[in-house]
Amino acid sequence: MSDIFKDPIINENPITKQTLGVCSALAVTVLVEKAIVMAIALTLVISFSNVIISLMRNVIPHRIRIIVQLTVIASLVILVDMSLKAFAYEMSKELSVFVGLIITNCIVMGRADAFAMQNNAKDSFLDGMGNGIGYGSILVIVAIFRELLGSGSILGFALMPDSYVANGLMLLAPGAFIILGLIIWVQRTYTKYVEE
Amino acid sequence: MEHYLSLAVKSIFVENILLSFFLGMCSYLAISKKIEPSIGLGMAVIFVNGLCTPINWLIKNYLLDEGALVWAIGDSAMTVDLTFLAFISYIATIAAMVQLVEMTIERFSPTLYANLGVFLPLIAVNCSILGASLFMAERDYNLAESVVFGASSGVGFAMAILSMAAIRYKIQYSNIPDGLKGLGITMILTGLISMAYLSFSGIKL
Repeated sequence: MSDIFKDPIINENPITKQTLGVCSALAVTVLVEKAIVMAIALTLVISFSNVIISLMRNVIPHRIRIIVQLTVIASLVILVDMSLKAFAYEMSKELSVFVGLIITNCIVMGRADAFAMQNNAKDSFLDGMGNGIGYGSILVIVAIFRELLGSGSILGFALMPDSYVANGLMLLAPGAFIILGLIIWVQRTYTKYVEE
Repeated sequence: MEHYLSLAVKSIFVENILLSFFLGMCSYLAISKKIEPSIGLGMAVIFVNGLCTPINWLIKNYLLDEGALVWAIGDSAMTVDLTFLAFISYIATIAAMVQLVEMTIERFSPTLYANLGVFLPLIAVNCSILGASLFMAERDYNLAESVVFGASSGVGFAMAILSMAAIRYKIQYSNIPDGLKGLGITMILTGLISMAYLSFSGIKL
C-alpha cells in the first residue's frame, strides 16, 4: 500500500520521471501561494477522478474510454473551479485559464488510463494522492526558487537583504524552464535514473 | 487586415503559446526527439487549433453565454447563463473534432493520414488546443480574431517543436552529464529558446 502512495512522490515522480503534466507545472510557479493552490486543486481532481474511473472501469467500453475519462475529469475540474471562484475569487482570477487546463493535464489522464483502469478504488485513490503530492512538491520547489530569486520573498515575506537586486528573468518563462531543468538534474542524479 | 496581421505576429512570436504560456509541453517533450514526427504533429496542431477555436467561439457565443440562447428560445432565455459548462463543452468539441478530422483525412487522403494519423488522437489532450479556446474566451475575441488566433497559436507551437527537434538532433552525440540527459537538457534548451523569443516582446504592434 505504502509503495503505491510513496513511489510517485520520489522515485516515480510524475514530472521529473514520467514527464507528465509539465505545462501547468511551469505556468503557476511565479508565486509559492499560487503553486500551493494549484497543487491542492490537482491532487483533489486526480484522487477523485481515479476513484470514479476505477469504480466504472468494468463498464467503460474500451473504444470510447478517452472521452469517458475526459468527461469525468472535466466535471471534477468544473467543481474545483466553481469552489475557487466562490471561496478564493482573487486566486481564481490569478490562476485564470490554468485551472481549466487541469482537464488536459496529462498526469490526470495518464493515471486514469494507466492505473485506475486496472486497479481497485482504494489503490487508485492512493495512486492519485501520491501523484498529486509528487507533482505538488516539484511545483512548490520551483516556485520557491522563482519567488525567492525573482521577487526576493517567499509567500509574500521579504527574505532577501535590501541590497539584493531582484532577477526579473526568473519571473519570465525562461527562468521556469531552466530551474525545472536543474531540478530534474538533481532528482535524477539522486535516483540514478538515466534516460536513453 | 493590419489588425489581424499584428494579432498573428503577436501570438506566433511575442506570446508564443508554448514558450511563454507553457501549453502543449507534454507532447512537445515526447515528440521532439525526432524531426519527421515533429513536422506531423506541428501540422496537425495548426489544423485542429484553427478549426476548434472558432467552433468553440460559436458554442460560447450562441449557447453558453448569459442571454446567448435568446435566438433559439426567445426572450425568456435572457437570464440563462451556462458558462459553467464551458470546460466540458470545449473539451467535448475538441475530442469530437479530432475524431471527425481523423475520419475525414483517412477517407480522402490516405497519404496525409499516414503522416498525421498517429498524432491526431494525441491532440485531444494537448493543452495548447484547450488553452487557445480558453484564452479566446478570456480575451473576448470575435469570430475572425479567433480563427487567426487559433491558427497562429498552432504555427507558434509548430515552430517551437521543430526548432527543438532540430537542436536535439544536433546534440545527439554531445557529452551530457547522465542525470541531465533527455528531459533535463531539453528543459534548459527550451529555456534558452524562450529567452531568444523574449527579444520579440520589444516589438510595438
